[in-house]
Amino acid sequence: MSKRLIHRRAVIQGLASSAGLMLSGCAETVPPTYGNLLRMGDLLTYKAHRLLLPAQALAREYERSDISAAAAIGTINPGNSAERAFNTEHGPVYERIFGDKFANWRLTVEGSVARPGAFSLEDMKRMPSRTQITRHTCEEGWSAIAEWTGVPLRTVLEACGIKPSARFIQFYAYDNGVGSIDMIDALHPQTILAYGMNGRDLPMGHGAPVRLRLETQLGAKSRKFLRRIVVLDEHDADTFQQIDRGWAWYMGI
Amino acid sequence: MVAATAISAVPVEGHRLWARLCHWLLALSFLGLAFSGIVILMAHPRLYWGEVGNAMTPAILEFPINDNHRPEGWERAVVFDDIDGAPVSGYRMYRIFNENRWARSLHFLSGWILFLAGAAYVFAGVATGHIRQNLLPRLRDLAPRALWSSVTAYARQQFRDARIGPPYSLLQRLAYAGVLFVFLPFMVISGLTMAPTITAAFPVLLDIFGGYQSARTLHFVGFVVLFLFLVAHLVMVMLTGFRRQLRAMILGS
Repeated sequence: MSKRLIHRRAVIQGLASSAGLMLSGCAETVPPTYGNLLRMGDLLTYKAHRLLLPAQALAREYERSDISAAAAIGTINPGNSAERAFNTEHGPVYERIFGDKFANWRLTVEGSVARPGAFSLEDMKRMPSRTQITRHTCEEGWSAIAEWTGVPLRTVLEACGIKPSARFIQFYAYDNGVGSIDMIDALHPQTILAYGMNGRDLPMGHGAPVRLRLETQLGAKSRKFLRRIVVLDEHDADTFQQIDRGWAWYMGI
Repeated sequence: MVAATAISAVPVEGHRLWARLCHWLLALSFLGLAFSGIVILMAHPRLYWGEVGNAMTPAILEFPINDNHRPEGWERAVVFDDIDGAPVSGYRMYRIFNENRWARSLHFLSGWILFLAGAAYVFAGVATGHIRQNLLPRLRDLAPRALWSSVTAYARQQFRDARIGPPYSLLQRLAYAGVLFVFLPFMVISGLTMAPTITAAFPVLLDIFGGYQSARTLHFVGFVVLFLFLVAHLVMVMLTGFRRQLRAMILGS
């Protein structure tokens, strides 16, 4: 009887210590989640995708004749105080920089980089560009095909000397949007900072002057109206904004 | 009289423990999937064919269950007039019903339970011979005459004294095997075809279904089939002794 009890205690201790190991092992790479059941399902999906799927597989690209009508939803003018996601600090700034055609817009890159930087629209257009015709898929259930032109995020991160400790890239927009992605998505060749759409400058409703295009996740992760990029070693309080509103962090499905 | 013997009364045997466990897990996950699936559909209650479908393109089926699609609620803008066919953009001027925050997460959590319970069922079913002996229709039973006599026997309600559990009648075998090996896998695969990370890894899925929107439409068709199965299943349980059948599926016999 006592032998059995000891045995049981050993098992429990073993389980507890391995759980501790898992927790400490996960601290770097696990994306932010709630502790609740729904978020555990999302975490399982994320882990399974990262474990089982090739990291750099390209999303399908289409022909120019496939370009379709495209709806722009969410924030369509961050400078409009009537918008739901209007930011009292950055909304008025957006209105001003939109007025001078983004000549004074800068995208700042900071965090775990050797050379933090600020890029103007001209700077970005001088960098090597990538053009892709891809499908935008909304969590609501609709889809559209458009042509996107921009700088691969990887190029910008490398220009700033991204450090090996980097685990997440966090995007800040002129509306209240904040979102982060992991390094697999950040370094994906189709992940671009897009300034052009269908051969034109990105229209305001679609995220002018620059938006993220992340083709391996749903549209909600492709933040519009970018103003700031922060390279993170681990997620911070801002990362939780998306989750605090109830959305899953990972939207590859 | 193959069909008559297949549904005649023989001594009660009941359901095995693993089959009961998997049955209730599958039932639970189906309810979670159906409920969250309808909530997800309500965010954009229009179905399309091909890769593209949104508020600016025609639908093949529209459910007038809420206000989510109102053409007059959109401000249309032709901003890409140098492209053939001049794709329009559009800005939604009203808020829609969207509970996808939790509905999507519940859908995928339920999907994991369905997948794991289904896989466990198939594994145990193959190991015990249950699938081969009890679920797969015997080839000779699939002759038109045998099939017809089985249908007419059901039409005459010659199942009032149906035994609990296997052996199953031909129609039962067709229904159970069809759900397990055709419709549930179809739902999983058509569902995964809606996931951008999955179709980046396996673009062939988009070819199989004819595009993201086609997969979404067929996912709904599959749901209708499974829902009809559930209705027929419950009707048969009631016609053959609701309390007796329920007890057997919980306690075994």
